Amino acid sequence: MQQIFNFIIRNSNRLLFLLLLGISLTLTIQSHSYHRSKVISSANFLSGGVYERINRVNEYLNLKTENDELVLENARLKSLLFNKEDTTKLPLMDSLKGVKPADIIVSKVIHNSYSRYENFITLSSGANDGVKPDMGVINSLGIIGIVDDTSPRYSTVVSILNMKSQINAKLKKTNHFGSLTWDGKSTGYVQLRDVPRLASVRKGDTIVTGGQSVIFPEGINIGTVETVYTETKTSFYVIKVKLFNDMTNLGHVYIIKSKDREELINLENKEKNE
Amino acid sequence: MNSALLVNIFRFIMLLAIQVVIFNNMNFLGYISPFPYILYIILYPVNSNRSGLIISSFLLGLTMDLFCNSGGIHATACVILAYYRPYIFKFSFGLSYEYQTIRLNESLTPERFSFILVSVLLHHIVLFILEAFQFKFIWDILLRTLFSSIFTIITSIIIIYLIKPNKR
Repeated sequence: MQQIFNFIIRNSNRLLFLLLLGISLTLTIQSHSYHRSKVISSANFLSGGVYERINRVNEYLNLKTENDELVLENARLKSLLFNKEDTTKLPLMDSLKGVKPADIIVSKVIHNSYSRYENFITLSSGANDGVKPDMGVINSLGIIGIVDDTSPRYSTVVSILNMKSQINAKLKKTNHFGSLTWDGKSTGYVQLRDVPRLASVRKGDTIVTGGQSVIFPEGINIGTVETVYTETKTSFYVIKVKLFNDMTNLGHVYIIKSKDREELINLENKEKNE
Repeated sequence: MNSALLVNIFRFIMLLAIQVVIFNNMNFLGYISPFPYILYIILYPVNSNRSGLIISSFLLGLTMDLFCNSGGIHATACVILAYYRPYIFKFSFGLSYEYQTIRLNESLTPERFSFILVSVLLHHIVLFILEAFQFKFIWDILLRTLFSSIFTIITSIIIIYLIKPNKR
C-alpha cells in the first residue's frame, strides 16, 4: 500500500498529464468521428456572448455591402411579385392546404470560420427562437449549412465548407443529383460527387438543392459548374461547383423550418421500429 | 508568490481575450492564423508548480476549443507542450537551467529564441495533425505548421517586448 502511494506521489505530474491528455484526445476523436455528440461547442453563454459583442462592432463595418445585398434581393423579390408567370410556378406553395411547407427564422452570423477542415458558424438565435438541430441555413445568395447544436440563445451551424457535411444537390436543368461535399482546399468551391455519367453537364450550369433531403426545400441556389471530371475509382462525375456565396463574408441568414420534417422523421422512425 | 499567481491569472485572461478577439480573425492567405495565446505556457515561471501549469494549460486549451468549435485539439496541444516544457528548457538552455534564473523577457539571445521556436513548433504540429486527422493532408499539415509557426513566433516576440514588465 505504502509503495502504491509513493508511486502515485512520485509520478503525480505524469499521471496528471496522462489523464488530461486522455480527456482531450477523447474530445478530439469524438468531434471527428460522430456527427453530433460534441461536448464543447461555441453555442453557449460564454463564447456566444463574446462573439455577439465582437459582431456588434463588425456589423458597422459591413453596413454598405449588407445594404447592397438587401437591395439586390428586394429587386429579385419584386421581379417575382410583378411577374405573374413566376408566382404561379412557385414551388413552395402547398396548394391542398394553402400553407407553405416551410417557415423562416431570420438570424445573424456572429462568428464564422473558414480556414480549417471542419468549419462551423455561430448564429445569434437559438432554441428560444425555435431553432432546432438539423434545420437548413441559407441566405439570399444560396445555402450556408445545417444547424448542428443549439443553446437557449445561440446555435452552431455546420458550414458547407466542412469536410463532414453532405448535402443532396442536383443539376437545375436535368434533375440528375449527387451529394455536395468539400475537399478542404478552396473556400470558393465545393464538389458535387456521384453524379451519373449520363448527365449532360456544361460549364456554367446552375446547381440547386435536391428534393431528397428534408432539410432544405428543393431548388435553392448553390453555385455554377466550374469543371467536370470523372473519378477513376467509381466512374461517376465529380463536378467542381463555384459557390454563389462568399463564405468568408456572411451577414444575415435565414433558418428554414420545414413543416413536413417532423412528419417525415416520425414516419421513418416508425418504419425502423417495425 | 501571491503576486506571481495574480500575474499568471491576468496573463491567462488577457492572452485568451487577445487571441479570440484579434488573432482568430486574422487569416493571412485564407488559412494562416497565429496563436500567440501559448505565450502563457512559454512565460510560466520556470521553478513554479508543474502540475499547476499542466492543469491551467488544459483549461487554456479547452477555452480555445470552446471558441473555435474544434473538439479538443487545442487542449491536447497545450497539455503536451506544458508537459514537455522542462525538456525543451533542457534542450535550449543546457542541463543546469534550474539553477539559472531564466527570464525570457530580456534581450533575445539564441537560447531564448530556440526555446520559443521549439515550443511553438511542437504545439503547432500537434494542433494541425489533430485538426486534419487524415494522413492524405500531410503536406498541407506541414505547410500550415511552417507558416503559422512563423507568424506565431513573430507576434509572440512582439508581444513579449511590447509588454515588458520590468519587475517580477
